[in-house]
Amino acid sequence: MRRLLRMDLTQLVFTAVLSFLAAFMLLPIVFIFMQAFKPLSELFLYPPRFYVMNPTLDNFSQLLMSVDASVVPAVRYLFNSVFTSVVTVAVVVVVSTMVAYALSKHNFIGKSTILNMTIMALMFAPQAVIIPRYIIVQRLGIIDTYFAHVLPLVAAPVSVFLFKQFVDQVPDDLLAAARIDGASEWHILFRLIYPICRPALSTIALLTFQSAWNTMEPSIYYIENEAMRTLPFFLGTLTSGLANNVAGQGAAAAAGLLMFLPNLIFFLVMQNRVIQTMAYSGIK
Amino acid sequence: MKMETPLQRAWRVRIKPHSVWAKLNLVAKRIWQDRVSYLMAAPYVLAFVTFILLPVLGAIGLSFTFYNMIETPRYVGLMNYIYLFTEDDVFMTHVLPNTFTFAVIVGPGGYLLAFLLAWVIAQLPRRIRTVFSLALYTPSMAAAVAMSTIWLVLFSGDRVGYLNSFLLGLGVITEPINWLHSTQWLMPVMIIVTLWSSMGVGFLAMLAGILNVDPQLYEAGKIDGVKNRMQEIYYITIPSVKPQMLFGAVMAIVNTLQAGAIGVTLSGQNPTPNYAGQLILNHIDDFAFQRFEMGYAAAISVVLLIIVYISSKLAWALFGPKEGE
Repeated sequence: MRRLLRMDLTQLVFTAVLSFLAAFMLLPIVFIFMQAFKPLSELFLYPPRFYVMNPTLDNFSQLLMSVDASVVPAVRYLFNSVFTSVVTVAVVVVVSTMVAYALSKHNFIGKSTILNMTIMALMFAPQAVIIPRYIIVQRLGIIDTYFAHVLPLVAAPVSVFLFKQFVDQVPDDLLAAARIDGASEWHILFRLIYPICRPALSTIALLTFQSAWNTMEPSIYYIENEAMRTLPFFLGTLTSGLANNVAGQGAAAAAGLLMFLPNLIFFLVMQNRVIQTMAYSGIK
Repeated sequence: MKMETPLQRAWRVRIKPHSVWAKLNLVAKRIWQDRVSYLMAAPYVLAFVTFILLPVLGAIGLSFTFYNMIETPRYVGLMNYIYLFTEDDVFMTHVLPNTFTFAVIVGPGGYLLAFLLAWVIAQLPRRIRTVFSLALYTPSMAAAVAMSTIWLVLFSGDRVGYLNSFLLGLGVITEPINWLHSTQWLMPVMIIVTLWSSMGVGFLAMLAGILNVDPQLYEAGKIDGVKNRMQEIYYITIPSVKPQMLFGAVMAIVNTLQAGAIGVTLSGQNPTPNYAGQLILNHIDDFAFQRFEMGYAAAISVVLLIIVYISSKLAWALFGPKEGE
C-alpha cells in the first residue's frame, strides 16, 4: 500500500512537470494557429495579444488568391510541393524497401559493405556537402526540373535502416514456405513483407514525406525557375523582413500553418505504427 | 532459408579453385545467382553513390583546390586548410567557438533531455503518456522555415514584439531587447529554438525502447537488490535500451548538424550580426555562394565531416555493441 502511494506521488509530480513543459512546447504551435486566423486589426494591436478574438480566413485568401501577373501564384508553389513530395515518397518507399529486404534476408557479396555504409550515412546531412552535390546535379542536367526535387532524396539511409530492422523480425521459415510454394522474391517482397511490415512502411513514408515537404535544398540550389520552386522557399521569401511588415505577418503565418498541418495530420493518423516501428530502431 | 545449391555448397565448404581464373569464375557465378538481390539493391546503391558518396569524396577532392565555378579547379595542396586554421580570424574567433557552444548544448544536452523525458513519460499511465509524447514530438515536425514566421514575431526587437511586450508588462526588462540582432541574445535564442524542436525521431525511438523493456527485468532487479529508480535506470533501463540510445545519439548528431542554419534564418542575414550566431554551416554557405570560393568552402565542409565522424565514434564507444554482446 505504501509503495503504491509512493508510485502515485512520483507519477503526480511527473505529470505536473510534464504538463508545464508540454504547455511550453505547444505554445508556439498554438500561436501559429492564432496568428494565421487574426484579422489585420488584431495583428496591428498594441499591446500585442496572443489569442485571436475574431478569427477570419482573410490571411489564407490573401495568400492563395493573390494572382499578380508578374509573380508566381502561391498555389503553384503548393502544387509543386504536393507533387514532388508525393512522388518522392512513392520512389523512396519502393527503393528503400527493396534494398532493405535484400539486406535483411539475402546473402550476397557486398552486402555488409552496403549495410555498413548505410549505418555510417545515417548521420549524413546534405547541407554539409552542398557544393559537390550542386555540381553533380548540374552535371546530370536536371537543374530546373522536377527530377532535381526528387532524385537527391532517393538515397534515404534512415528509411533503409528502419525498414531493414523491421524485416529482420519476420521469421525466415515464413519466407522459406513461400519459396517452396513457388513465390518469386518480388512476390515475397510485395505480397508478404509489405503486409507484415505495414507499420514500418507507414513510418518511412511519413518520415520521407516530412523531409521532402520541409526541404528547401532543391528550391534554393537546384532550381532557378521561380515557377518550379516549392512552398518552403516561398515561405522563406515571405518571412524576409517580416519583423517590420506587420501586414505580411498574417499571410506568412497562414503559409506556415499550411506547411505544418500536413505533417501533423499524417503523424496523428500513423502515430501508433511509428511507435511500433521505433521499438526496432536500435543499432546492434 | 534458401535451398542450398551445389554451387553455394562449394562456396561454403570452400573447395579450393585451381586457378585465379576459376576463382573469378566462381565469384561471377555467385553474383549471377544472386542477381535478384543486386537488382533490388541497385537503385538505392546508385542513388547513394551519386548523392552521398560522390559528394563526400568530391568535397575532399575540391578541398585541395582553388575553384571559383568558372575556371577549372587548380590544385593548391593544403593551402585551404592552412589558411582556415591560421588566417581565417572569423573561423577561429567566432565560428568555431559558436559551433562548439551550440553543438554541446543542443547535441549532448538535447540528447540527455530527450532520454530523461522519454523515461519520465514511460513511467506514466498509458493515456497520459500518448498525450505527452505527442506534445513533445509535435514541434519537431514543424520545419524551421514554417516556424520562423512565428519566431520573428515572438522575438521581434521593438516593444510591439510579443516577448518584449510580455516582459515589459511584467517589469522584468525596462527596454525592449533586440533578440535576433543582438550579439548577446542571438545564440541563446538559437539554442532554445533548436532544443524546442529536437524531440524528434530519436526521442520516439528511446521512448519505444524504454516501453519495450521486459517488466520481469525490473522484478528480477528488485530481488537482486536494486534499491531506487536511479539504480533501476543505471543497471536495467540503460543497458536494455542501449541500441535505441545509439540510434537516438546518431539522430541527435544529424539534427544538430542540420540545425546549423538557424542563426541565418532567425537574423535574416549571412553573416549573422557580429558573427554572433555564425556556425560552420553558415561559414560554408558564406564562402560557397556569396564569395564563390568553392575549394575553400569544401575544406570547411571536410572539417565539419571530420567533427561529425569523431562525434559518431564517441557515440559508438558509449552505446555501441561491445565484444561478446
